[in-house]
Amino acid sequence: MSGRVLVGVKRVIDYAVKIRVKPDHSGVVTDGVKHSMNPFCEIAVEEAVKLKEKKLIKEVVAVSCGPQQVQETIRTALAMGADRGIHVEVSGKDYDNMGPLQVSKIMAALAKKEEAQLVILGKQAIDDDCNQTGQMTAALLDWPQGTFASEVTLEGDKVKVVREIDGGLETIKINTPAVVTADLRLNTPRYATLPNIMKAKKKKIANVKPADLGVDMASRVEVLRVDEPPQRQAGMKVETVEDLVGKLKEAGRI
Amino acid sequence: KRREQEKHIKHIGCLKINGLIKWPVVLLLGDSESKSFAVSMFKGQISTAQVFPYPSVLNDEQEQFLRELVGPVGKFFEEVNDATKNDALEKVEDHTMQGLKEMGAFGLQVPADLGGLGLSNTQYARLVEIVGMYDLGVGITLGAHQSIGFKGILLFGNPAQKEKYLPKLATGENIAAFCLTEPASGSDAASIKTTAVQSPCGKYFTLNGSKIWISNGGLAEIFTVFAKTPMKDPKTGEMKDKITAFVVEKSFGGVTHGPPEKKMGIKASNTAEVYFDNVRVPADCVLGEVGGGFKVAMNILNNGRFGMAAALSGTMKGVITKAVDHAANRTQFGNKIHNYGAIQEKMARMTMLQYVTESMAYMISGNMDSGASEFQIEAAISKIFASEAAWTVTDECVQVMGGMGFMKDAGVERVMRDLRIFRIFEGTNDILRLFVALNGFQNAGNQLKSLQKALKNPLGNAGLLAGELSKRAKRLLLTQTHTQTHTHTHTHTHTHTQFYPSLFPVADEQFVLKRVADCAIDLYAMVVVLSRYIKTNSMLSSLPLPGHPSAQHEKMLCETWCIEAHDRIMLDIGSLRSSQSRQVFKNLRAISAAVVENGGVVSPHPLGF
Repeated sequence: MSGRVLVGVKRVIDYAVKIRVKPDHSGVVTDGVKHSMNPFCEIAVEEAVKLKEKKLIKEVVAVSCGPQQVQETIRTALAMGADRGIHVEVSGKDYDNMGPLQVSKIMAALAKKEEAQLVILGKQAIDDDCNQTGQMTAALLDWPQGTFASEVTLEGDKVKVVREIDGGLETIKINTPAVVTADLRLNTPRYATLPNIMKAKKKKIANVKPADLGVDMASRVEVLRVDEPPQRQAGMKVETVEDLVGKLKEAGRI
Repeated sequence: KRREQEKHIKHIGCLKINGLIKWPVVLLLGDSESKSFAVSMFKGQISTAQVFPYPSVLNDEQEQFLRELVGPVGKFFEEVNDATKNDALEKVEDHTMQGLKEMGAFGLQVPADLGGLGLSNTQYARLVEIVGMYDLGVGITLGAHQSIGFKGILLFGNPAQKEKYLPKLATGENIAAFCLTEPASGSDAASIKTTAVQSPCGKYFTLNGSKIWISNGGLAEIFTVFAKTPMKDPKTGEMKDKITAFVVEKSFGGVTHGPPEKKMGIKASNTAEVYFDNVRVPADCVLGEVGGGFKVAMNILNNGRFGMAAALSGTMKGVITKAVDHAANRTQFGNKIHNYGAIQEKMARMTMLQYVTESMAYMISGNMDSGASEFQIEAAISKIFASEAAWTVTDECVQVMGGMGFMKDAGVERVMRDLRIFRIFEGTNDILRLFVALNGFQNAGNQLKSLQKALKNPLGNAGLLAGELSKRAKRLLLTQTHTQTHTHTHTHTHTHTQFYPSLFPVADEQFVLKRVADCAIDLYAMVVVLSRYIKTNSMLSSLPLPGHPSAQHEKMLCETWCIEAHDRIMLDIGSLRSSQSRQVFKNLRAISAAVVENGGVVSPHPLGF
């Protein structure tokens, strides 16, 4: 086994920011807004770095798709302990329309190229909440997948994954190479220390274009309109059950 | 008008300048050139080298690096540091201290090859701004360690001393403390009584004395200590006591400390007395020159001052956010309270004060990074301004929040308590005002009578100053902003630099100096915000979005500030020129004398008992 783990990291609007919809309803305002690494991607990086520290794998490669700014996100991964980075340059319309399908094609191509043993991704991004990239990547590679992982254990050439599912926890064992997506309780990401950020400056980030990987960035999805969620209406208090039933009937709910 | 101005140029004589176009970096009678705006301002001239354009000192790599640091530091303070806990425990929590060390926060400006991050002043300021926003107690712990505690080693240490001490200080394995103040020597630093007597063999000094109110005094391993060393005057042969700076290690033995002081604020920061009992300090631990310690002390303090302005601009940002949040959500009398004028004035003033402080902090750090050697007046101005602005802003934040602001849970009263000391330590604002004004007069006083004549002649200088500043403004401004700012610089700066030395009796000196300093502070503030606004505006105008909302906003901040600063300055100058001020000062002195003599209030009770 190559002992190489590929980790995908996505640059998203910071979770603490108040999202505003653009006046033309074509999307949300991103200019001048604070961005950071998707929290689930942080957990993915942490897991990969932990595996390396346990000497179960040899190299962690952080990958991000997007314009120049995503290099910041890759550098954060490097500061957390990733060994090198790959910046897949996507900008303009391609970037605006980029979704899980395009990213998973890129990840699949890179996984093959880098001969990765494991691809670890966040379970979903906090901006689009798609929860598709990991699954699509595994499908394109025809690799097994362990999604919503809250525990990952390498056992020889297999991986034991404890998955968080609606009913509770499910434990599966899958062959490597495999795709794993990180859920919230998998680990607590470390803080990038300033000395590590400084050391990360020396780590390499390779630049690559989707075309170099033979990936077609055309999107099958067109965003028609973006709106804010409707304003929440005030509730109403009722005295008795009869009142409640009456009100619900009035509102045409029953 | 031009002929009027030229008449004065001739009349001024030594101030003759080659036309009005090239503004000289002031060269007066062989005086060394000073690029400092404040220095030249006191001479009645404008040296714009350090203030226009607003400094931009980070190259792409430094900026990129700094951007990467800002996130993790902010995150650490959001998620790990608990300011409320630190305040209640009266110490920085152990795991937080450990986290700060691992984060590299203890060696921000130590060169990278000695284990630090090698940040420039501007980069350091940006990070210290974050610390100031979240926890001033931690800010002082870090600042006492690196901004003054071991700054002496960075500025004056020889290579051996740097290599020996900096690595462990950078990681936080050793903490540092700055030991100058003594029970009988605060502002009067030159009067310290701690002694360091050199051994006959010359190989070591014996240190004896006690220092009080030493930040990190109870935690430090490395102390920068100032003591009086008896020295033989080479000319007269008599023994004189001169101050020498030493690097003292706790491990030398004889160094002990008292319990942590119970304070009003910055409770998380350790403050203690430090005692030196026959401590043997090797001669190679002298910092700088034997007898040159006062200069070392002043340089260290001067060098770290910009950090305070940066930290406090962060503090103000934080409390303004809290005030805004309250004002935007609190409904009274049927409206959100931010709709009311009383609240609007508070919010606007808080914003302006933060804007000015921030502008000063990065102007000065930028000047320092550009290699400026003269910035002590500006640094002092920024310390005075920042500490008072932060106090006012936080006080107003409490007011906006009403009763809520007074409650511990809101987190603002702690900031208020933390802030009080900032007007006192690192040079009390009162002393620094005297320093600012005296420095100005010293420079003016050193010059020939022709300069004094020039200073006394308002119109002549008015023309020159207005002419030059408006020329600069024209060159830098874009058309739509030109007329406004032009008018402002024209009217607001021209009459402000007429300072009248020695028209008052010596006893009134400090009353006068204080007012002069206030004028100087307001003037520097005006120039700083003008410079910053010009930069913002020209930066944003080159982007595809015209009339950027932020530029409009900054224009309002700048304009409002300048209008009011002008009024304040005119008021101060007017009162100084009026005959009434003499009477007022006389009364002030007499009132004070009476109260001191009586041990308290003198006037009998209105009720007669």
